Amino acid sequence: MTKISAEGICKSFAGPRQRVEAVRSFSLDVREGEFVCLVGPSGCGKSTFLRIVAGLMEATSGRLEIHRDAEDGRPLNSMVFQEYAVFPWKTVSENVAFGLAMRNVPRKERDARTAEWIDRVGLRRFAHHYPHQLSGGMRQRVGIARALANDPEILLMDEPLGALDAQTRTVLQEELLRIWQSRRKTVMYVTHSIEEAVLLGDRVVLMTAHPGTNKAEFTVPLERPRTLQTTTDPQFSRLSYQIWEELRDEVQRSMEENA
Amino acid sequence: MSSGGQRNRTREEDGKAHTGAGLMSPAAGTVLLRWVALFVLFNGAMTVLRLWEPLWWAAALVNFVLLVRIAEQGALLVPARFARTYERSLAVAFPLVLLAGWQLVVGAEILSPTWFPPPTRIVRALWELATGFDEFTGTSLFGRPWEIPARLAEDGLKDGAAAFTAESHLFATLMRVFAGFAIGAVPGVLLGMVMGVSRTVRAMVDATLSAFYVLPKIAIFPIMMLVFPNPFGEGPKIAVVAISAFFLVAINTMVGVRDIEPVYLEAGRNYGATGRRMFRHVIIPAALPVIFGGLRIALGTALIVIIAIEFVRSRTGVGYLTFYYWEILSPDKMYAGLVVVMILGVGLTTGLKALERVVMPWRRDPGRSDPGG
Ligand SMILES: Nc1ncnc2c1ncn2[C@@H]1O[C@H](COP(=O)(O)OP(=O)(O)OP(=O)(O)O)[C@@H](O)[C@H]1O
Ligand SMILES: [Mg+2]
Repeated sequence: MTKISAEGICKSFAGPRQRVEAVRSFSLDVREGEFVCLVGPSGCGKSTFLRIVAGLMEATSGRLEIHRDAEDGRPLNSMVFQEYAVFPWKTVSENVAFGLAMRNVPRKERDARTAEWIDRVGLRRFAHHYPHQLSGGMRQRVGIARALANDPEILLMDEPLGALDAQTRTVLQEELLRIWQSRRKTVMYVTHSIEEAVLLGDRVVLMTAHPGTNKAEFTVPLERPRTLQTTTDPQFSRLSYQIWEELRDEVQRSMEENA
Repeated sequence: MSSGGQRNRTREEDGKAHTGAGLMSPAAGTVLLRWVALFVLFNGAMTVLRLWEPLWWAAALVNFVLLVRIAEQGALLVPARFARTYERSLAVAFPLVLLAGWQLVVGAEILSPTWFPPPTRIVRALWELATGFDEFTGTSLFGRPWEIPARLAEDGLKDGAAAFTAESHLFATLMRVFAGFAIGAVPGVLLGMVMGVSRTVRAMVDATLSAFYVLPKIAIFPIMMLVFPNPFGEGPKIAVVAISAFFLVAINTMVGVRDIEPVYLEAGRNYGATGRRMFRHVIIPAALPVIFGGLRIALGTALIVIIAIEFVRSRTGVGYLTFYYWEILSPDKMYAGLVVVMILGVGLTTGLKALERVVMPWRRDPGRSDPGG
């Protein structure tokens, strides 16, 4: 069943001199419970597209349909922001509990879920710290916990592991695989790392350089459940390289444009 | 942002590097002595050659540079542990040196001691001011605070407080500042918030607000005297303070709300905050640092405004007191009055900073040196 259906999405911003086109006629369908990774050169409009799906921004044109399960009070989507957007005036646990508090989840359940997710991202010792007392990577983990604790139908993750060191990143990739395995949420995941996209995703969607539109799409044939061992699979490296071949021109173009 | 711990670390390393250098080159102490000697020699020469009068400004400059060099050399000898204490003591030592300089300059009669009384005499005048009681007007600096409970019980809140502030200059000024500040700041914050979030209100009000903002508020004092039934009562004074605070706070609050990182508003929205909750959980805390900046400026301005008003049109208050002693040609006490104003200003600012730390606990970090608090 199709969960998200975006067709011909265009978005342009009013610039100082002329309008800046961020996304040009981008289309994407995501099935219920599918993990889709979005990869493209910097500035190609990935974050913009995610914001449109999140309902934080209106598309200039195009059609967007999101199928709502509409049962309990679960939220439709929760976003992990590229800029963390962790509230500096709330402690780690207040941040993680934020979504639950905003939709009046009873105190007891809220506390339990908050504690659980703080544990999962390895921040138990920092539960009562304020964000400025944390490193960038730790703050990003708070942002991830805030989204996951909220238990949305759709997870929108904008480079959620971008600020982490290589080891923490690997640990959290495995954790994400485990979580997804047990929950089967619909996930739209933006990353710069092709390997990460192949490891996590059911499908990898490439965008062209600015303004972003559909470039290519790859289905990841690797079996689930996956672990870090999956990266040793010859299929894994072959697909990663194939994606890179496709992406290289776009990255080149994006760099030349900015030069 | 992330550097709370990090900056701290470099700081310590700095300190260590300094002591290291101090230990390795035994000259550090000698260098310090050399600078001190130069300082003494220079001032001695100035005095002996009688160059102070024609060249005092140049001498002041040279002395300042010498003092900075001495303080820097001194820092090299201080162990890293005491580096912060040392820095803080500089803040106290510098005004003391200034006062000592003043004392010497006046003592040598380079400046007339009649009009520029030396600090020792000002301190004595301050003591007289604090303990004295003016029989004629029935007023004193502190009034009779110990009688407050009895008075309040007898005359009720309004009359009791009025009777008390009528005989205490300090509390008369404080009451005007607090009342005016509260009456102005609260609606100022509210209007600023509304202007911050509503484009329409901003478009309507912004130009008017900016026009009033630049108007020196004392200029509207006469109008306020017409507005209130008793032109010589507390009403017009408090009103002018309130109006001054109102515009400053409103404009700062608006800027604070406007400058919120959009991503925080997006996060608030994405996680379901709407209406009142958006204000409570996102907009207010995000704008609070700038709002407090506005409150601090407004409080300082409130003090300036009330002292100025008391100069021209009042029978009580620290401003009145100061101007009164000028008029009766008693400069010692006039200076003492100015010192009271300064203490008042520092006290109010310190109080507001303490409030800031309580209201914004997320900005309180013992490990972080945070200038501007
Ligand atoms: N609010 C905005 N106003 C004007 N231009 C914008 C705005 N947001 C994004 N853009 C522009 O739209 C384009 C796409 O931006 P976007 O942030 O979506 O890129 P991205 O793919 O997420 O890049 P990165 O990988 O570096 O995060 C950029 O050229 C950017 O300058
Ligand atoms: Mg982005």
